[in-house]
Amino acid sequence: MYKIVSKTELVPKIKLFEVEAPDIAAKSHPGQFLIVIHGEKGERIPLTICGYDTKKGTVSFAFHEVGKTTKDLGKLEQGQEIDNITGPLGNPSEIKKFGKVLCVGGSVMIAPLLLQSKAMKEAGNHVTTVLGARSEPFIMLEDEAKKYSDQVYVATDDGSKGYKGLDFLKELLTKEKFDRCVVMGPVILMKDVSEITKPYNIPTMVTLTPIMIDGMGMCGVCRVTVEGKMLFGCVDGAEFDGHQVDFDELILRQRTMLPEERLSSVLADMHGGCKCGRNKA
Amino acid sequence: MAETKPKPKLNKKAVEMAKQDPKVRAKNFSEVALGYTEAEAQEEANRCLQCPNPLCRQGCPVEVPIPQFIKCIKEKKYAEGIQVIKTKNALPAVCGRVCPQESQCQAKCVIGRMGEPVSIGRLERFLADWERDNGYQLPPKEASTGKKVAVIGAGPAGLTVAADLVKLGHEITMFEALHIGGGVLSYGIPEFRLPKAVVNNEVNYVQKLGVDLRLGNLIGRIHTIPELMKEGGYDAVFIGSGAGLPQFTDCPGENLGGIYSANEFLIRVNLMKAFQFPEYDTPIRIGKHVVVIGGGNVAMDCARSSMRLGSSVCLLYRRSRDELPARHEEIENAEEEGLVCKFLAAPVEFYGDSKGWVKAMKCIAMELTEPDARGRRGVKVVPGSEFVMDVDTVIIAIGQTPNPIIQRTTDGLQNDPRHGTICVNEVGKTSLDGVYAGGDVATGAATVISAMGAGKRAAKAMHEYLTNKK
Repeated sequence: MYKIVSKTELVPKIKLFEVEAPDIAAKSHPGQFLIVIHGEKGERIPLTICGYDTKKGTVSFAFHEVGKTTKDLGKLEQGQEIDNITGPLGNPSEIKKFGKVLCVGGSVMIAPLLLQSKAMKEAGNHVTTVLGARSEPFIMLEDEAKKYSDQVYVATDDGSKGYKGLDFLKELLTKEKFDRCVVMGPVILMKDVSEITKPYNIPTMVTLTPIMIDGMGMCGVCRVTVEGKMLFGCVDGAEFDGHQVDFDELILRQRTMLPEERLSSVLADMHGGCKCGRNKA
Repeated sequence: MAETKPKPKLNKKAVEMAKQDPKVRAKNFSEVALGYTEAEAQEEANRCLQCPNPLCRQGCPVEVPIPQFIKCIKEKKYAEGIQVIKTKNALPAVCGRVCPQESQCQAKCVIGRMGEPVSIGRLERFLADWERDNGYQLPPKEASTGKKVAVIGAGPAGLTVAADLVKLGHEITMFEALHIGGGVLSYGIPEFRLPKAVVNNEVNYVQKLGVDLRLGNLIGRIHTIPELMKEGGYDAVFIGSGAGLPQFTDCPGENLGGIYSANEFLIRVNLMKAFQFPEYDTPIRIGKHVVVIGGGNVAMDCARSSMRLGSSVCLLYRRSRDELPARHEEIENAEEEGLVCKFLAAPVEFYGDSKGWVKAMKCIAMELTEPDARGRRGVKVVPGSEFVMDVDTVIIAIGQTPNPIIQRTTDGLQNDPRHGTICVNEVGKTSLDGVYAGGDVATGAATVISAMGAGKRAAKAMHEYLTNKK
């Protein structure tokens, strides 16, 4: 059992949990992930690590309440316990002194991206962080980003805050020379950023979050094509060379269970208010 | 030894075990084989000749004293009977159900020369089920030795090692990567062949013996073996991490939606109970026309699960019926339930629809070649024999290899790079002092009972190692 030490709503529907897990905290590195399972009937959800404190013995992760399982998870409160957390899983990201590093994060993945920004900064890099979201209310952790970055940009799809879209990145890349780019966010964001950086030959690492079940190399549902080869997101990644990933295939694979996910989510909402016992929380 | 005299009239036929009707069972996930009643068990037990030099026992990888437990059944001493089995086998409810007895103990039974051998597996299951209904008796435990052992993986090999060593007074911590114990018994073998309640009971029994089971602990990540031995203070380690890495066909189009590895399919359906979606959160999407590629027990499990989810299933196997590696009984069960087999054919390419979901596959006919030196017949393609089949789900069940995480994170642990297995000697000792391994991680994918046999041998060797260690 893993006790929730603190629960924060970062923006509507995105929550950050800090949980007591000293063994996991002692082994965690930026870029690794956890599998969180709650309730006898719950799914195994992969979530990227957003922070760890070896002194306090805690590890934190953020999640977007989009499906039934994440909605259920979001109902847990500080002091309650999560049934099982497995981790750290996946390989640590490559963190070292590259020079100038561009960190781009979107939506819920801004939270783990900032762990990268922080680690890159501590490794002696000049860090530029870009925070992206649909619109202004969903831009999160801006102050946190400033702490770990030499420069912070904000971009939204609708232009309600900061730049509109990612086109400004092209200008930025013509003005400044970056030695490394890391991207965490929706697949489409990782694809777009990788396409933008490619002409500039900036090594671009993307942290993939394909569908996973076990998260340790058993099921193969997270398989991705990288440089024409089949790799597993969980054990070969989660960080991959963004210029080599077949994003179009990944987008299709992300959608394979969509009707079932929707059904589950609708049912969860229907049962959310009653006490029929479907929601353990 | 008065009982060794043959009974006046020997019944050549074994007592049948009731099964669910194929038409009914093909639509549910309840257990297919229903087990013996007390009267049936008595009748079958009475067929045993109680040979003074039992050959059956030689056929058992864990050397269960078979005639002795059957004698207990005859005498209705069921509590004693189950203890007799448990001196050698901590998981009788599992072995009574999934062991290939026909090629092990029962293959050696003397009565088998004249008629059907004694149904040893069914009798073992009878006693195990009797115990589950009537309460467990814990065996005596030796005084604490003060030695600590880490067992990696709570599958058949790990459970056997843990049970054997804890009884000898060692302190056992079992690290299981998944959130449920049992290993392949939980994630792989389906409910209708091995109910998960039975597996849970067996795992609980091992815990009741005093084994500390830690779920969700992937060794190689949360702790490495060198860390367990240095900082963790463990005197010995047993690696029973199984063969969890799925093999793929390498055919174009394999990453389309609707193409599952057998592991993914079975993990969804068994471990996560997707057959009860949306009551359970994990979904499975399955079409009307499923092709299962492969011919082993795992392929049969996938095929029979698919039929239960409402699909028609075709098994595609590149050799012929005679070479099918699955247990004979499983093939029979599957065909009774409606499985269609297509032999001497292999996949070439998968085609998808506009949404990236598989809609057809190209196959090619194969022909058998002459047996090689080991007697195994190879296959070669028949040129120009390609054909296309409409499918909407494909399950690839062509084998598993060991997960490489432990090998990659343990310096000096010798392994076979070709098969991904950990190298061990005949008692399971690896190249590292105090580190043992057994089961699928050492042999490649095999049976539950062979993993348990390896566990037995390793436990014995580890006990000697621990006893001699200062």
